[in-house]
Amino acid sequence: MEYMIMLHSEEADDGPAPGTPEFEAMMGEWMAYNQRLIDGGHWIGGASLAPSGSTTTIHKTADGNTVTDGPYMETKEVIGGYYIFSAADLDEAIELASAVPIPHGNIEVRPVAFRPDAG
Amino acid sequence: MPLTSEVDAALTELTREHSGRVLAILASRFGSVDLADDAVQDALIRAHDHWPSEGIPANPPAWLMTVARRRAIDLLRRAESADRRLLASAPDLMYEDEPDSPNPLVDDTHDDAAIDEQLRLMFLCCHPAIRQDAQVALTLRLVGGLTTEEIAAAFLVPTPTLAQRISRAKAKIRDAAIPLAIPDDLDTRVDVLLSTLYLVFNEGYLSRSENAAQRLDLCVEAIRLTGLLATLLPDNPEVAGLQALMSFHVARRATRFTTDGELVVLADQDRSQWDDDQIRHGNAMLRRAMALQDPGRYQVQALIASYHTNATTNDETIWKRIVGLYEQLAQMDPSPVVALNHAAAVGVAFGADAGLDLLDRIDGLDDYHLLHSTRAALLERADRSEDATASWSRAAELTTNPAERRLIERRTG
Repeated sequence: MEYMIMLHSEEADDGPAPGTPEFEAMMGEWMAYNQRLIDGGHWIGGASLAPSGSTTTIHKTADGNTVTDGPYMETKEVIGGYYIFSAADLDEAIELASAVPIPHGNIEVRPVAFRPDAG
Repeated sequence: MPLTSEVDAALTELTREHSGRVLAILASRFGSVDLADDAVQDALIRAHDHWPSEGIPANPPAWLMTVARRRAIDLLRRAESADRRLLASAPDLMYEDEPDSPNPLVDDTHDDAAIDEQLRLMFLCCHPAIRQDAQVALTLRLVGGLTTEEIAAAFLVPTPTLAQRISRAKAKIRDAAIPLAIPDDLDTRVDVLLSTLYLVFNEGYLSRSENAAQRLDLCVEAIRLTGLLATLLPDNPEVAGLQALMSFHVARRATRFTTDGELVVLADQDRSQWDDDQIRHGNAMLRRAMALQDPGRYQVQALIASYHTNATTNDETIWKRIVGLYEQLAQMDPSPVVALNHAAAVGVAFGADAGLDLLDRIDGLDDYHLLHSTRAALLERADRSEDATASWSRAAELTTNPAERRLIERRTG
């Protein structure tokens, strides 16, 4: 089974600045988590996203497209990143997703129905 | 031809007592709850159609197992999109040289593996990734063997709504790959199971229904399934605690309502009519739970209930002990409802004013009728009858249980 993990959290906190020991510690946790997914054979993909202020939304209708600045839904918590990984079942997916090192927020676990480049 | 009543009784026993176990075994062997459920349902329909003319088989559970297993294999073979892996393993799932009628002396549905499989099915039905109302429906349907119509009637929802709730939950089990597994975080997951069973019990014990104050059929189902869980997890003190709690509650069933259907409060119940067998059973379960020396919220609630049910008169109730137990419970479960019960006990043990003080500090229960009826009762004790009437009125507006409303309306005169 494959699952997409969407990381929703507040953006207010920019986190530690690059170059500081706190930043290194934070990166260390993310690298260790990624390595865990790779070593366990779970890794399929994932990315950390740029701040939501950089989002552009294309509204598509039969009459044509309109392009607007900003995310589709204005919410306090935004998607900051995602993973796609494989897991034996939902229990394993929940265990893996719970270990994502975001300090607070909501982690959405959703099964992948079809992935064209699946091996 | 067998008597209709005998066939009906045998069919009911088969459905309620055995279908959940057979479903659990098949779900585990075939790796699909959907398939197991369809197969068991088809086999039960066949029993309904054929037993009245052909007679009751010598060993109904073994009959169900054989017929449902064959049906599952049939369904697999017929499915156009049959899972090749499952299909390839199908021959292993058949007995070699399986006789046409099952051996009445062999009931392979009762071995230890069946215990494990039933437990897995219960954990699946009460997985936290499934909404609570669907957990309840799935548990009663798949583990308890109730029909969709029966569950819909018990919870006062239209049958199509409940059927949809079950089919959505089954779709989620399939699409999100919720496993049939014994979880690692056993205590947390057992807690979800117990909440679901207690919810079923409470719906029966004090129904939200406009038409029936008490629905004992739901209490009976909840007690039966908790008993099953207790045989599956004999060393879990909270399971025994919930068994004790339910026993103490149902012990009082005959005295909780007047013949006119008005609720009778604990202090006014006729204790000579309480069911001694249930009280003994409750005491035994509570002793068993407490011997395991691992307290939990169901055990504390059972202990509180035991002080009420074991007191020969209302005046002999040891209220100060009950207050202490509510304080312990509040530490485990800091909910406003526990705070409300604590305040009510304090009002009896240490005077109405002390209880009212605590009530005023509770947040978030303004729409809960019991907050207002508790306040009304304490105000009466404090001789503030005018304030009490206002609280009774508010409680009457909020309750949906007919027996409670009658009681409140009589008090407000």
